[in-house]
Amino acid sequence: MIRKSAAEMADALAQGETSSAELTQAHLDQISAVDGQVKAFLHVDAQGALAQAKNVDEKRKSGEKLSPLAGIPLALKDVLAQRDVPTTAGSKILEGWRPPYDSTVVSKLKEAGIVILGKTNMDEFAMGSSTENSGYGPTFNPWDLARTPGGSSGGSAAAVSAFEAPIAIGSDTGGSIRQPAALTGIVGVRPTYGAVSRFGLIAYSSSLDQAGPFGRTVLDTALLHEVMAGHDPKDATSINAPVPAVVQAAKSGDVKGMKIGVIKQLQGEGYQKGVQTRFDESLQVLASLGAEIVEVDCPSFEFALAAYYLIAPSECSSNLARFDAMRYGLRTGDVNGASAEAVMSATRDAGFGREVKRRIILGTYALSSGYYDAYYGSAQKIRTLIIQDYAKAFTQADVLVSPTAPTTAYKIGEKVDDPMAMYLGDVATIPVNLAGICGMSLPAGLAQEDNLPVGFQIMAPAMQDQRLYQAGAALEAALLSKWGAPILSKAPVLAGSK
Amino acid sequence: MSSLSRDDVAKLAGLARIEMTEAELVELASQFGMILDAVARVQEVDLTGVKATSHPQPMENIARPDVVAPSLSPEDALSGAPAQEESRFRVPQILGEAE
Repeated sequence: MIRKSAAEMADALAQGETSSAELTQAHLDQISAVDGQVKAFLHVDAQGALAQAKNVDEKRKSGEKLSPLAGIPLALKDVLAQRDVPTTAGSKILEGWRPPYDSTVVSKLKEAGIVILGKTNMDEFAMGSSTENSGYGPTFNPWDLARTPGGSSGGSAAAVSAFEAPIAIGSDTGGSIRQPAALTGIVGVRPTYGAVSRFGLIAYSSSLDQAGPFGRTVLDTALLHEVMAGHDPKDATSINAPVPAVVQAAKSGDVKGMKIGVIKQLQGEGYQKGVQTRFDESLQVLASLGAEIVEVDCPSFEFALAAYYLIAPSECSSNLARFDAMRYGLRTGDVNGASAEAVMSATRDAGFGREVKRRIILGTYALSSGYYDAYYGSAQKIRTLIIQDYAKAFTQADVLVSPTAPTTAYKIGEKVDDPMAMYLGDVATIPVNLAGICGMSLPAGLAQEDNLPVGFQIMAPAMQDQRLYQAGAALEAALLSKWGAPILSKAPVLAGSK
Repeated sequence: MSSLSRDDVAKLAGLARIEMTEAELVELASQFGMILDAVARVQEVDLTGVKATSHPQPMENIARPDVVAPSLSPEDALSGAPAQEESRFRVPQILGEAE
């Protein structure tokens, strides 16, 4: 049962073939069996999950009309506040904190009857691309436990690919949903900026952060997207417009006559051979389905990584000032006579990890007087050029495509002492965040040299998220018939797995 | 080649209110040159006449009617406090002895 899609599980629930309590228990059993190896979860809320499952089962018995994903278990990235459940954002500075409120995303999940199994591991405050920057140790890639699952939403991605949950939620500031989806062989979507409320999403870089769905199929991802998205008065950047028809698009899956633009700057040199091969093959599949493939030029993308690593640290240096040891979270050094400032400084040294400190210091530097215009100011102008490149490209194509990440999953520890090498892994995902548009990663097969999953990235204009699902579902169906079985059936079976 | 000295990093850490150890300061100073060189690429582009973008969506000020709505109770607001006294956050002394 745990290997089925969420849509199939939902059908089984509707037909009365199983109950949500049974389904939830099956996933809790899988977590007990394999999470010692994968370490996707920071906290498993078995009691809360089973209570919600029983509640949904009772409602179903009494004939109440339920939402499509009611009773389906889910893994939640630990960056989203959930009332009374430990929420750490992967940081020691929040160890033991239990939020007194629900984020809007969590409220929506609860209303839809979705069962939250627990909170998943992540790079501290979502700063990282491998989940190795977590204050609680790394998550391991179910495809090869010596490798990272990507990040920062590595726990959520690993949970879905290890069948610990059929669907999960992540957040994507520079690629933190799409890149781990690519590295673990699943589907991940970063919705348009402002499509999903950021209320209760612990902020890293407010103009780039966006929560989004993971699933093992394009349709499952769409079903969750529909639950999460929508206007929220509690978030001033939330878009007040109807949610795009993503589920309908995922069900129709058609690219006939669609113009698909290949971004010249996001392929070739620097991309692993097997990644490029699978990408090219997917393009041929799309062409055979009736899509028209064109090449588009986005010259400013060359500078996207540099702009991102100024904008995001600048915003984080401001956002993380809230961790001041006064109102919640860790406090150290509060000895007799110590000043508030000394306590704050000692607490932030003890509570923040290396990468978080690195980014706060970099942001403090980029925003300091005398350097502001040269660094942060220039980065903001590059951002304008990237938006213009996309605007032009979308006059030539309906969706744009690229490999999601330049390489397949790398070894734990391989890049941890080389921040620039780690940052380069985000080169293809970052432009979407800077422009505030939407993007999807879906499996394109395995790289021939290492048998690890490769991600295919699709990008669409703001609030045209349905185009991702329309193109993604068509490619997914064609690749499935070519492979004969879903990509995760080729992953090694974890010891003890159900 | 850009670089920051150990003392530069110490000054920034002070501004950011992070009391770093000597080892951390030295490590960060050694990494900073490489990172600054990489991000300084934003200065290679001719940006004359280009407007800055701070935010991807057009933003406007949003107001709501000034009516009382449910909010956190004092107990909830204090539930994560490292220290509290008489339904208030207890904080260390704000003014140093020397001032």
